[in-house]
Amino acid sequence: MVTAAAVWEALAEIPDPEIPVISLVDLGVVKDVAVDGARVRIEFTPTFMGCPALERMQACMEDAVRDLGGEAQVDVVLDDSWSTDKITPAGREKLREAGFAPPAPRNAGRTTLVQLQAKAFRCPYCGSTETRLDNIFGPTPCRSVRYCESCRQPFEQFKTI
Amino acid sequence: MSDRARLLLELADDELILGWRNSEWTGIAPFLEEDVAFSSIAQNEIGHARALYELAARELGTDADALAFDRTLEEYRSAPLVELRRLEWARTIARHWLYETADAVRLEALKASDDPEIAGLAAKMDREETYHRIHAEMWLDRLLAAPEGRTRLEEGLRELWPYALGVLDDELRPVFVERVRARLPFELPDVEPVPRGRHEAELEELLGEMTMVRRSAPAGARW
Repeated sequence: MVTAAAVWEALAEIPDPEIPVISLVDLGVVKDVAVDGARVRIEFTPTFMGCPALERMQACMEDAVRDLGGEAQVDVVLDDSWSTDKITPAGREKLREAGFAPPAPRNAGRTTLVQLQAKAFRCPYCGSTETRLDNIFGPTPCRSVRYCESCRQPFEQFKTI
Repeated sequence: MSDRARLLLELADDELILGWRNSEWTGIAPFLEEDVAFSSIAQNEIGHARALYELAARELGTDADALAFDRTLEEYRSAPLVELRRLEWARTIARHWLYETADAVRLEALKASDDPEIAGLAAKMDREETYHRIHAEMWLDRLLAAPEGRTRLEEGLRELWPYALGVLDDELRPVFVERVRARLPFELPDVEPVPRGRHEAELEELLGEMTMVRRSAPAGARW
């Protein structure tokens, strides 16, 4: 007998394909789980739309449900319900520990260049806010590149979206 | 084809073709940061194209890949602005800024759409496009700050201006024109837009390259 709780638990074990320190549940991309007998419907919200890991995430969720003896239907929800604010507090801490600065919380307004250039971003290695924007874009769509003036370490900063 | 499907294809084609053009800087941009930036912007735009094609495909009874790769040249609805091949930095920045400025006007209108799927997807795209706009504005200021940059940017903007006017329809175009004029320290002329629906010669070449792998694979190949 598959239960929603068991599915959530299994999904919480699936690492993000590109940043394996964080799980899909930590990332906040699982919007809903509905169980009807052995049929499991998962609502999944993509992060960045060009992220090449999205298909892998779907396949991993299907495998996890199969391991529980169920059959998954993963529905991709293309609405605006995901933002970086959906990353859980535990997920943010895991990112920081792995050297990725977690995204700043969303403000009421849009992100601006002035905000990106402000001293509000903390180095994940030494904790200093003496950091500067090196590139708005980074190695994947979700990250920018910053440089810490205190410990002289470049680091990756999650974009706020 | 419904107006809705046509609108989705216009948007998707713009994003796909511009994404392809942006990706042409991968490996050869003037410096590493911009190589990364234009590659990342390309990835986002093509991601948007995929989502838009998927929405259109549900209505048209096909799939996103078929819409992206299997149509004829005449069936593409992209704006001529995105089709031009201009591997020159000032023109790249000129197009980038003109397109992002026009796209912002379009997304604002779509976010207010009565169609919840279109409004939702536009809002999701807009989160990512915010970073494209920041990047484009930053480069506009950078080029305007030095005499040579300003001269080259102005040349690029003058060349691309009629094309940029063709991105939006008659209803939204005045908002775009007003924003461009308010931002630039020089005047752009009143000219006729290069309309959507006719294609630049460069598009044929682009489509040939973009669909090469798909056309060479045996029918029914899975990726």
